[in-house]
Amino acid sequence: MAVDLAQLNEEYRYGFHDPESYIYKSGKGLSRSVVEAISAHKGEPEWMRRFRLRAYDAFERKPMPRGFWGGELRHYPLDFDDIHYYVRPTERQGRTWEEVPDQIKTTFERLGVPQAERQFLAGVGAQYESEVVYHSLREEWTRQGVIFLDTDSAVREYPDLVREYFGTVVPPADNKFAALNSAVWSGGSFVYVPAGVQVEIPLQAYFRINAANMGQFERALIIAEEGSFVHYVEGCTAPIYTTDSLHSAVVEIIVKRGARVRYSTIQNWSGNVYNLVTKRAVAYADATMEWVDGNLGSKVTMKYPSVYMLEPGARAEILSIAFAGRGQYQDAGGKVIHAAPHTTSSVVSKSISKAGGRSSFRGQLKVQAGATGARANVRCDALLLDEQSRSDTYPLIEVDEQQVTIGHEAVVSKVGEEQLFYLMSRGLGEQEATALIVNGFIEPIVKELPMEYAVELNRLIELQMEGSLG
Amino acid sequence: MSEVLQIRGLRVAVEGKEILKGVDLEVRPGQVHAIMGPNGSGKSTLAHTLMGHPRYQVLSGSVSFGDRDLLPLSTDERARLGLFLAFQYPSEIPGVTVASFLRRAYMAVKQREVSAVEFFRVLQQKMRHLQMPMSMAERYLNEGFSGGEKKRNEVLQMAILEPKIAVLDETDSGLDIDALKVVAEGVNALRGPELGVLIITHYQRILHYIQPDVVSVLMEGRVVQTGGRDLAEKLEEAGYDWIREGKA
Repeated sequence: MAVDLAQLNEEYRYGFHDPESYIYKSGKGLSRSVVEAISAHKGEPEWMRRFRLRAYDAFERKPMPRGFWGGELRHYPLDFDDIHYYVRPTERQGRTWEEVPDQIKTTFERLGVPQAERQFLAGVGAQYESEVVYHSLREEWTRQGVIFLDTDSAVREYPDLVREYFGTVVPPADNKFAALNSAVWSGGSFVYVPAGVQVEIPLQAYFRINAANMGQFERALIIAEEGSFVHYVEGCTAPIYTTDSLHSAVVEIIVKRGARVRYSTIQNWSGNVYNLVTKRAVAYADATMEWVDGNLGSKVTMKYPSVYMLEPGARAEILSIAFAGRGQYQDAGGKVIHAAPHTTSSVVSKSISKAGGRSSFRGQLKVQAGATGARANVRCDALLLDEQSRSDTYPLIEVDEQQVTIGHEAVVSKVGEEQLFYLMSRGLGEQEATALIVNGFIEPIVKELPMEYAVELNRLIELQMEGSLG
Repeated sequence: MSEVLQIRGLRVAVEGKEILKGVDLEVRPGQVHAIMGPNGSGKSTLAHTLMGHPRYQVLSGSVSFGDRDLLPLSTDERARLGLFLAFQYPSEIPGVTVASFLRRAYMAVKQREVSAVEFFRVLQQKMRHLQMPMSMAERYLNEGFSGGEKKRNEVLQMAILEPKIAVLDETDSGLDIDALKVVAEGVNALRGPELGVLIITHYQRILHYIQPDVVSVLMEGRVVQTGGRDLAEKLEEAGYDWIREGKA
């Protein structure tokens, strides 16, 4: 993907922020009454209020996670009392673009968000702060019965549907951050695709943190009924702040018989953000779940999209890229659980470490007894750009069934002197040559992204290569 | 202005070991100069040094191109001056297509913006000329290429970047006769009054197809003999021992 370097020689464009003008903002810190207040403020049904409070109890009980959630987190202290758990920017939702506040439009414009209403973007859910303020959905989808809403509205408008699935894939007590999210969640997307419906154009949503010390706890729930298809795309860029921010989302996806869901993410948090996300999908018979996950920026990212293949013929594909620059720790990977016969999974992970950044691949591959004929392949490639950077691989493989085919491959490489010499002998400067090698390295994942995301990702990588993002 | 590549008293070490021990050589525009020599004579060291590979350390001597001293320049600066090296073992760059790489290189060497449309026209014309299928432009650079494809791809790059001095490092190695012919035809098509070519080769086979104006023999880090085309033919008949004996 050719991206112009000259255009990229600009300062980090995303490092501005708008003056805060919130209508409601909870105090810092978390307590039972804060959780109660959030629920009351949203006017939620009783079952959701109780769900939040149960989750809060679990959060209080749970220790800081280790193992998959990285024992390393103790090196990156996180003060739960120094975070705003709820901020609501505007009184109500904009249904049309005209209703969206000008300040927010300006923000999107400066972020270079693609023109939301244009032909390619049929529906846009833009989360500004903790709340989705703008959502539109094409009429044809409404006719098809597709629901694409922010999760808060979905709780109000489709309570039975939400209640049936909410918290079933990621239970509140799953881990401390899932519990935290379940207690204080706000915003996020809800997608429902009826049986047999193919949503041809990707659903897209932009997220953005815009308040110092503000946590973001969006909650996504996607239900793909039998034989349906949807591609959900989430992109993040965050402004730079000096104090720590916590982003802890939960994404739950249910892929029913013969359906296919692809969930693509590009995240580029500013260097102070803790990005601790629980993403999980369940796939039923002959269903396919695909995660495409790109992680740049942030101080610490811990994210392992997972797929539970519950019935025969289910398939999982996880592609992830992580870029760790100075002072950053990217702990990413994927989990696949084969719980039925003839299930197939593929995990491909690529990481780039630069200027002392650290990236690790953490993968779990589990094949349960009885999952005969399961096939699994895990591949992780790490590219180190200098001697100070670090890359680790923590594969966890548990296979309780004999009749399976398992492949695992891990390769760590450095940008080669010969490769650089070759490219430079054709007139490319050292930095451009390095950026080209890096872009080539991630190409297998980039080509899976919609065009404008691919361009954005390459641009972000080149900015990282110039060190202008710190 | 005629731009001559002038090498004088060039001594080069690799990892502390002296390989070139005082090489004098000249390549003039419009001229094809063949450097022949047995294995280990320093042929590839010469090629890499001319292009500025960081692992080759110049001990003394000079390399100039026109009125420019090449030795202080980085590899990419030399390329932008019009120097080109066709590699014996081109690197594989996974994930980067031939087309996107070449467009960047083209813009770097021409030092101007070139639209994708404009570049595609140039690429299409050159590829047709070299009888390369356009599908090759969308493949990742040298990844999974056969020996012949790699060499042809090097000649394609040369055709597109239009250098003033082209150094062909063992371009004939690993090629069957048909591939060799195609590559040689590609090089011949680029010959002209502006282009100086330095062909580095062990065997004189390629010189049947690319006729040299000057032939120099490199042995043990020095040019031991220089002559016309007949020198190459004599070497084919008598082998390098003939020169060794002559030296003795």
